[in-house]
Amino acid sequence: MFTVKEALDTLTLQQLSHEFGDSILAHEFSYDMMSITVEKEAFLAVIRHLYEDHNLAFRFLTTLCGMHYPDKEKALGLVVHLHSFTNNHRIRIKVFTTDADPHFPSLTSLFPTANWMERETWDFFGIVFDGHPGLTRILNIDDFEGFPLRKDFPLEDQTREDKDDTMFGR
Amino acid sequence: MQDPNKNSESPVSDFVDHDEIREYNTLNLGPTHPATHGVFQNVMTMDGEFVIDTRQTIGYIHRAFEKLAERRPFYQITPITDRLNYCSAPLNNLGWHMTVEKLLGIEMPKRVDYLRVIIMELARIGDHNICNSVIGVDSGALTGFVYLFQQREKIYEIYEEICGSRLTTNMGRIGGLERDFSWDAWKKIGAFLDSYPGVLKEFEKLLKRNRIFMERTIGVGPISAERAMAYGFTGPNLRAAGVDYDVRVMNPYASYEDFDFDIPLGTQGDTYDRFMVRQEEMWQSLSIIRQALEKLDRMDDKTTFHADVPAYYLPEKEKVYNDMEALIYHFKIVMGETDIPVGEVYHCVEGANGELGFYLVSEGGRTPFRLHFRRPCFIYYQAYPEMVKGSMLSDAVLTMSSLNVIAGELDA
Amino acid sequence: MIEFAKAPDGYSGKGFFVTSFEKAIGLARKNSLWPLPFATSCCGIEFMATMGATYDLARFGSERLSFSPRQSDLLMVMGTIAKKMGPVLKEVYIQMAEPKWVLSVGACASSGGIFDTYSVLQGIDRIIPVDVYVPGCPPRPEQIIDGILKIQELVGKESLRRRHSPEYEALLNQYDIE
Repeated sequence: MFTVKEALDTLTLQQLSHEFGDSILAHEFSYDMMSITVEKEAFLAVIRHLYEDHNLAFRFLTTLCGMHYPDKEKALGLVVHLHSFTNNHRIRIKVFTTDADPHFPSLTSLFPTANWMERETWDFFGIVFDGHPGLTRILNIDDFEGFPLRKDFPLEDQTREDKDDTMFGR
Repeated sequence: MQDPNKNSESPVSDFVDHDEIREYNTLNLGPTHPATHGVFQNVMTMDGEFVIDTRQTIGYIHRAFEKLAERRPFYQITPITDRLNYCSAPLNNLGWHMTVEKLLGIEMPKRVDYLRVIIMELARIGDHNICNSVIGVDSGALTGFVYLFQQREKIYEIYEEICGSRLTTNMGRIGGLERDFSWDAWKKIGAFLDSYPGVLKEFEKLLKRNRIFMERTIGVGPISAERAMAYGFTGPNLRAAGVDYDVRVMNPYASYEDFDFDIPLGTQGDTYDRFMVRQEEMWQSLSIIRQALEKLDRMDDKTTFHADVPAYYLPEKEKVYNDMEALIYHFKIVMGETDIPVGEVYHCVEGANGELGFYLVSEGGRTPFRLHFRRPCFIYYQAYPEMVKGSMLSDAVLTMSSLNVIAGELDA
Repeated sequence: MIEFAKAPDGYSGKGFFVTSFEKAIGLARKNSLWPLPFATSCCGIEFMATMGATYDLARFGSERLSFSPRQSDLLMVMGTIAKKMGPVLKEVYIQMAEPKWVLSVGACASSGGIFDTYSVLQGIDRIIPVDVYVPGCPPRPEQIIDGILKIQELVGKESLRRRHSPEYEALLNQYDIE
């Protein structure tokens, strides 16, 4: 368990609500970390605020990954974990969008490390990052079709003939 | 020597070229080049011996871990984590178990924590063993590799006593360890602690003040603290640049707060610093293992090796065959009828290469809804072009081995 | 005690020994294989252990690793071969000079192993012919050595004409290798 820092969590939330008002859609505290869901339009501004504010100082991008909820209206999501080394405090920011408009602003202007993470997310989920310096596939071959981590993409290799569907439940 | 903070506008800083005609050529290094210890492709633009620019291609062993994890019950994901950073598989295994334990809200008994610390520090020594000896190999000193690999075999033997396997260990269970350490395991750990310091010292003597090695590594592939932070460096590579971030201290897990150890730091962030930081970390790991043994000695509890959570802890085979209750729980866990809480957790451990994180989203089913691995290699390898810009090709190779990029972790 | 390779069957007398070319060449080839380690993942680390002091592959005349495909006899594929890697592996195989043998080490190289996924090649025998498979995930160094011994057996017995036979050509044609 990470050490829970309630005062910092409250401060973060207060600042964000004050700055962005209605763009902060939800917040919840699960286990040892606070997650804040923000409006897509305000996403980059929120991250920038967290980065630039001297008290919060979330200067380290721990990880960034995509999500796919096929049953929800806003099916595609992005989860960002930020870490403030000065406060030793972690936070999770989430943002969602619809399947028809899979665009998010790129974080590469703030964190150079976001470059490959975003390429991976594009490769896996087909999420487009506007402003990314070179958004191409990274792990799969360039002419790969489909986005493998979406829920409707089959896991198994489709060329295998030795596996019987009745036995393996494919 | 290069100044690490110098802007890399002029890549070939110390080299004065009077030739009017400038001709760049392209060099394809990899994906199976023997000097790269893994499958990475670098298409380099070269000016003679100097690297002007590098274009990286990765994904040559992409195995779809994250997708696989969505189809597997929690306890079957451990073998996948083995294959992330296969040089230190137990670290990944235990990191994964701790993530699930956090989701399930399981409190670990102290003894299990200490046993885990012993395993994890052994794994760290094993990993740094490979990395440092390979830095030696790449700078032309094969001897160290042969010395240290013999010791790594001893660590393998300890693993075998604990879990029965050498490299991909699949060690432990959700809720503890699968069995207590055997008498042989204790004996082998003791023997290792006795014999290893001598070998490590000898290895250090071979390289630490070796003129050739120093010339080859000091000032090679440097990165400043700011750039390292911006690129998401963690672990020994970040510490070599001078940032004292260690998950074991910042966010202690597995009772690391009970141990007294130093975090070695570098100043230049160059290959020599990375080598020395890893070297010192091995000494610290040895001291942590000794402390853990002492603590275990002083403990009244001599038998606990798992938490008392029958609903989540996969029972021993012997009990499954002879005990009704264990059989029922075994059936429930294997058939996925235990209740997994809905929620999301992020947990990280100090892997051999840095912060190894697991972001787990559970929707209550038998398998995770989504599992994302924060793979330190993947994140810091993208800084490689910046680090080798302007250096010589042979130094670029050395820089890569000092970063300890593990293909399995890189490509997931 | 040092044990030398056993002499093949033949006729010997005072100061001479007669055997067939095939056997003499087989003996020479078999005990000086130059392996090309195509190590991609976990099995590669076990191969490092095999080369290390404890298991010491040098005992079998194979310590001289050849990193150039053109000078090697034995392609040792160790680790997962992703679909992205497939063409590279095939290129390396084509570049090797005849006679050449292939050892597939580990479950991933042999069949895809636990990675029945969209990105992993389901066994290297889909793109190149394989002589010996070593099971295990990863196999222990003893198993890798056993695999090499099996290869040596094949090499020692191989007919000198095999690589010119129509059967061999047909085999390569199956894999679209001219």
